[in-house]
Amino acid sequence: MTEPTMLTAPVPTTDPRVVRAVELVWREAELLDRKAYVDWNALYADDAIYVIPVDPSTEDFAGSLNMVYDDARMRRMRVTRMIEGYAIAAVDAARTIRTVTGFVPRAVSDDEVVLRSAQILVAYKRGHHDLWAADLLHRIRLSPDGPGSDLIVQKVVRLVDSEEAVPAAGFLL
Amino acid sequence: MTETTSNPAGLVAGDRVAGRLYTDPEIFEQEMTRIFERTWVWVAHESELPRPGTFKSTHVGRQPVIVTRDRKGVLHTMLNRCRHRGASICEKPQGEANGFTCPYHAWSYGLDGKLRGIPYPDGYEGVVDKSELSLRKLRTESYGSMVFATFDADAVPLEEFLGDVRLWIDRFMAQGGGYPVKVLGRHRFKFRGNWKIQLENTTDGYHFPIVHRSWMASVDAETADMMSFMTDPTAVTHDLGNGHSVMQMVPEHSDLDADDGTEPLQGRFRHLVEELSQTLDAAQVRKLIRAMHGTGFNLNLFPNVSMSAAFFRVLRPISVDETWIEHVAIGPDGPPEVEAVNRERLRVHEHFQGPFGFGTPDDAEGWDRVQRGAQADPGMPIMVNRGLAREKPSAEGWPTSHVTDETGMRAAYGKWKELMSDD
Repeated sequence: MTEPTMLTAPVPTTDPRVVRAVELVWREAELLDRKAYVDWNALYADDAIYVIPVDPSTEDFAGSLNMVYDDARMRRMRVTRMIEGYAIAAVDAARTIRTVTGFVPRAVSDDEVVLRSAQILVAYKRGHHDLWAADLLHRIRLSPDGPGSDLIVQKVVRLVDSEEAVPAAGFLL
Repeated sequence: MTETTSNPAGLVAGDRVAGRLYTDPEIFEQEMTRIFERTWVWVAHESELPRPGTFKSTHVGRQPVIVTRDRKGVLHTMLNRCRHRGASICEKPQGEANGFTCPYHAWSYGLDGKLRGIPYPDGYEGVVDKSELSLRKLRTESYGSMVFATFDADAVPLEEFLGDVRLWIDRFMAQGGGYPVKVLGRHRFKFRGNWKIQLENTTDGYHFPIVHRSWMASVDAETADMMSFMTDPTAVTHDLGNGHSVMQMVPEHSDLDADDGTEPLQGRFRHLVEELSQTLDAAQVRKLIRAMHGTGFNLNLFPNVSMSAAFFRVLRPISVDETWIEHVAIGPDGPPEVEAVNRERLRVHEHFQGPFGFGTPDDAEGWDRVQRGAQADPGMPIMVNRGLAREKPSAEGWPTSHVTDETGMRAAYGKWKELMSDD
């Protein structure tokens, strides 16, 4: 795998490699809103990390407290939690609709695309709408087998209010 | 039981409280003044204020405050409010500063709250005596690095308020494994419910295997077994007086310093044992690993903090039906090689705690449901009578029952009733 280099000139979002990455991010968003967690987890590589940090400025996730810091093992357990019917927060989870937009390619190679985006999620539960705004970063491994085999290797969800009190959630960002 | 808000103390009997305690805005208003502006309220752990000039901003009840360590090392808790026109003087959650300057007209205050400077002071000649316009101060005292403040100048000393709790604070801090304890980070979340629902929960062993079945199903067998206290007769809750209680879920870890060496270390930490053993001796490693899940008890302090196994749970009442919670992760404050312990403790904390943990969201769902259900005939009682018939004094004289019983809730509501009574 070649190491993607930071861009000196912007790569347009119409670049076919970026288009593949954007489509994967949108596919992921749709699966999360549908709570199709098994299919969602299948979009992640075995070595992938899914993280929702508390400190929006840190890159040292292992050395910091996070809301989510999942490797493959934790992600599998989380999927089980969300679907097995024991977790009362997941059983009665809010319905969510999310918009992911404002894509900015940060690094692009034939093997990997690093993409920033903005996510606005509205969660509705029992008469209340909660707003979750986040800056997303996806690192996506492009597969030689084509877009259907592309995988997420890192996702970082930086909430605008990650250091403040947020609702306890029965869904995933 | 009377059911009027003019005499809220009448809404609490020994084994039950009126549901209205969760839903009546007038009762909430009275609680803010009679409880949160009168008794000792937890504001900080000393590790959050490690050096002169460090500060944190927080709340006592609904009132914003700043906690500081001044140049002489003395801790202060002061209202976060300029004496001039009332602007907040600090909006940073924590940091280091030489003092605080109001953004509106630049009145400046020292770390001890003294008013240092007023720009263009000629307009105040013959009008203002700066020595009378320090930031409004609360009494601040600490025990075992736990810092509390009170609005009441006549409150009993903190150590008297804590009483027998002090022994349990000492035991709690033993989880540093030979090092002091420090704050590692904090989760913050909110729920739509009254603060007392949360206050009850940290002394509620009864809900654990039901609400936390999802977490129990996800952990290793040794950890699940450690938390299987439902039928363990040695797992008990003590009423420690003044509304405080301690719930011993894992009694063999209540006093971490008492170790006969027979208990095997949990297999899940084997990699950590190997890493630590490169620099620490076997006894030090054992101490740190045995304390990975914290102490075996939740120490519930009335009204706003629980020292809960391996973290602090701090509640902040927002309104009658909204409460914000902090789950503060802690760990040993040791040399760099001990940071491996803290990385692992962060992972253990993340697994259960916080808005996306495997435990907290299920707690919050349960609490939301209590608030919603309690709207139905708020005069109906909330029952806190579990274990009443088997509650007996311990050798120390503490009213004691099984860990799944509601002894701790009865203790808290007893103090609530005392503070809410007309005097």
